[in-house]
Amino acid sequence: MKQAYAWSAIAAIVLASTTGDVLLSRAMKQVGDVGALWRQSGLWTVLARVLRNPSFLLGVLAMTIAFYSLLFGLSWGDVSLIAPASASLTFVTNAVAAKFFLHERVDHRRWMAAILVAGGVVLLAA
Amino acid sequence: MTFRKYLVLAGVTLCASIGDSLLSRGMKQVGSISLDHLSDLILAVRNPWVVLGILLLLGFFASYMTALSWADLTYVLPATSLGYVLLTLIAKFYLHEAVTTSRWIGILLISAGVGFVTQGPALTHYPAKPQSHSAEYEPASTRER
Repeated sequence: MKQAYAWSAIAAIVLASTTGDVLLSRAMKQVGDVGALWRQSGLWTVLARVLRNPSFLLGVLAMTIAFYSLLFGLSWGDVSLIAPASASLTFVTNAVAAKFFLHERVDHRRWMAAILVAGGVVLLAA
Repeated sequence: MTFRKYLVLAGVTLCASIGDSLLSRGMKQVGSISLDHLSDLILAVRNPWVVLGILLLLGFFASYMTALSWADLTYVLPATSLGYVLLTLIAKFYLHEAVTTSRWIGILLISAGVGFVTQGPALTHYPAKPQSHSAEYEPASTRER
């Protein structure tokens, strides 16, 4: 039963954080290179531009849901299962989501990595 | 990729894994949270390890956002996943959790995946607005490493 709780927490984390990652990545691409922007127009401009981005705010909301799911999960299971399992599965779903929603060029290297990480996750959970 | 950018990626890695470990330690002290007492989740913030963990995760968030402003999501995530190795070491030697052989092999596979991704370019360069039909095929882009 404890196992079922842990895995439902993992599922919730993966769904919420994939949504969050995609939204945050889209927001930061819209903002542009933070380092260059900071040198050019200062920290406040960077903060204002990030905080006013709608994708950023929605992304933070999704990440908050993922964070509370993680807190739940950590109180039920081992950190060396829940944290890597959810984060690595998120990596696989992110590769798919980044390809379709962010139009990133996910080449054979990145797919290969997704498969290796998926295998690693199965072993971590064993 | 400049040295400063690698430092940002290191910040993402370190803050995430140390932050998670501190949270784990704190939540073990808080104990299991039942669905009937969700308010316990808010009270968990009174535990100092949870507070410290949250501070580190804020540092993680700032460096993660910075990295995402100049690199692909599918680059940043795997490039910073050496943290799993660190997390396992922390779990074993500091939290005294059992780490079995199969989990070690899992960590190895994940690390191999990291190796694959970091050999590639960090950012997808989108072609300028397509001029003709021939632009349908995305050119092999020249990206910074």
